[in-house]
Amino acid sequence: MTLILSVLEQGLIYAILALGVYITFRILDFPDMSVDATFPLGAAVTAMMLARGCHPLLTLPAALIAGAIAGAVTGFIHVKLHVRDLLSGIIVMTGLYSVNLHIAGSSNVQLFLYNTIFKNPAVSALPYEAQAFVPVILLAALALLVKLALDAYLATRSGFLLRATGDNPALVASLAKDSGKVKILGLSIANALVALAGCVMCQHQRFFDVGMGTGTLVIAVASVIIGTKLLGGLRFLGPTLAVIIGSVIYKACVAFALGLGLSPFDLKLITAALLLAIIVLGGGRKKVKRHA
Amino acid sequence: MLELRDIVKIYQAGTVNETCLFDGFSLTIPDQQFVCVVGSNGSGKTSLLNIICGSIPVDSGQVIIGGRDVTPMPEYKRHRRIGRVYQDPGKGTCPSMTILENMSMADNKGKPFNLMPCVNRRRADAYREMLAQLGLGLEDKMGVQVGSLSGGQRQAMALLMSTMTPIEFLILDEHTAALDPKTAEIIMELTGRIVAQKKLTTIMVTHNLRYAVEYGDRLLMMHQGRAEMDVSGEARAHLRVEDLLGKFNEISIECGN
Repeated sequence: MTLILSVLEQGLIYAILALGVYITFRILDFPDMSVDATFPLGAAVTAMMLARGCHPLLTLPAALIAGAIAGAVTGFIHVKLHVRDLLSGIIVMTGLYSVNLHIAGSSNVQLFLYNTIFKNPAVSALPYEAQAFVPVILLAALALLVKLALDAYLATRSGFLLRATGDNPALVASLAKDSGKVKILGLSIANALVALAGCVMCQHQRFFDVGMGTGTLVIAVASVIIGTKLLGGLRFLGPTLAVIIGSVIYKACVAFALGLGLSPFDLKLITAALLLAIIVLGGGRKKVKRHA
Repeated sequence: MLELRDIVKIYQAGTVNETCLFDGFSLTIPDQQFVCVVGSNGSGKTSLLNIICGSIPVDSGQVIIGGRDVTPMPEYKRHRRIGRVYQDPGKGTCPSMTILENMSMADNKGKPFNLMPCVNRRRADAYREMLAQLGLGLEDKMGVQVGSLSGGQRQAMALLMSTMTPIEFLILDEHTAALDPKTAEIIMELTGRIVAQKKLTTIMVTHNLRYAVEYGDRLLMMHQGRAEMDVSGEARAHLRVEDLLGKFNEISIECGN
C-alpha cells in the first residue's frame, strides 16, 4: 500500500514535469536541456521561501514565475542570439546551477521544521488514517489542474500558433506572426511547469538538494514517449492525460525494478535501460512528415 | 503597386563561388496585375519571390510595397499583406492539426492570436462551403488531420488558407509543380478564380509554359537575373506556347547547353 502510494505520488509530481516537457519535446520539437536546472530552480525558490516563513501556497506561483523567466532566457538565447537549441539549453542549465545555489543559500537545505502544502496544521487536524492519502489527492488535483489548463491553452489562438510553430514554422510566418516569439513563449510555459514540479517535489521530500535535477529531462522524455507513443493508440485519453499516465507507469517500472532486488546504486542504469527500451519501442524525436 | 529598385543580390559573397544573381534589377508591378514568371533553373525566379517576401536579404536596392519601403521589414511582417503558396504542399498547412483547425487558424490572420478559443464553430459552415468549391470532398473531412491528405488536397487547402483573409499580393512559387496533371489543372483553375474574385496582384512562378500563356496578363522570362522577355497588353494576348519555347531555346543555346 505504501509502495503504491509512493509510486502514485512520485508519478504525479513527475507528471507535472512531463507536461512541461511535452510542450518543448513533442509540440515544439525542442530538446530543452535547461529542464535539468529549472526543476531544482523551482525547488530552490521554494526552500528559500519556506525557510523565510512564507505561506507554502505562495511558493507555487513563485516557482512558476521563476521557471518562466528561465525558459524565456533559453528561448532568447536560441532565437535572438541564434545559438543551437541543444546548446542554449545547456548554457542556461550550467548557469542556473550557480543561481540555484545563491537562491537556496546552500547546496542542501532541510525543511523538516517548516509547514508545506502536504504537512501543515490543517492536514494534521484530519484523522490519522486520512492523512496518508492527503499527498496523493493534492498531487492528483494539481496534475489535473495543470492538464486542464494546458488543454484549454492549446485550444486558444495563441495555443494554435504554438502547435503550428513546432509543426511548420513557415506557416506561422505566412500568418504574419514571428515564430521566434512563439518559441520563447512555449519554452517559458514549459519551464514554468517544470519549476512547479520542482517546487512540489521539494515540499514532498522536505529538502532541497542542488543536484536533484540531474536526469530530470530523461525521466520526463521517457514519460512523454510512454504517454504519446505507447499509449498513443488510446485516442480517447488525449495526449495530456496520456502523458500523466505515462509518468506514473514510468515510476512504477522503476519501483518494480528496484523491488526485484536491484540496489539503488543501479537507479541511473535502470533509468537509462528503461529509456532505451521505451525509445526503441515507441520511436524517438518527432519526425515531421513532409511528404509532397 | 509593388516595386523593386536596383536590386543587387550576391550569393556566397567573398568566396571563390561568389555569384552575382541580380545586378541592379528593377521591376514594377501595378495593382491587380497577374504576372507569370518563367525561366530555367537558377535564373532567379524563386530568388525574386524570396526578395519580395523578405525570406532572403538583398545586398542593395529597395523593395517598395504600396509606396512604402519595406526592405528592412522582416518576412513575417510583410506577410500581413502577402499570401504565399509554396511548391511543397507541406509548407502551407499544419500536418498534425485537423482541416477545421487549419482553416480556423488561417481565418485568424491579421487578428490577435490571444487567449480566445481559435475554432469558431459558427464559421465552420463557411469553411465547409469554401472547401466544397474545390470539389475534392474535403468538406466532409473537417476533423481529419491534414497530414493524412494527399499533396493535391493539401495544396488546395494551402491556396484557400493563404487567400482567406484580406491580402493584396499573392505569391505563387511553382505551386502546381509537385502535383499530378489533373490536380494541377484543378489548382490552376481555382487560382484563376480566386485571383479574379479578390482582385489580387499576383506573381506566379511556373515551369509550365501553357499555364504561363493561359493565365495572367503579363509574362516575364528570367535569365541570369534579368528579365529577358517582358510582355503585357496586346503582345501578351497573342503570345503562344511556341513563341515562348522558341525564346527559351534561343537563350539556352546562347548559354551553350
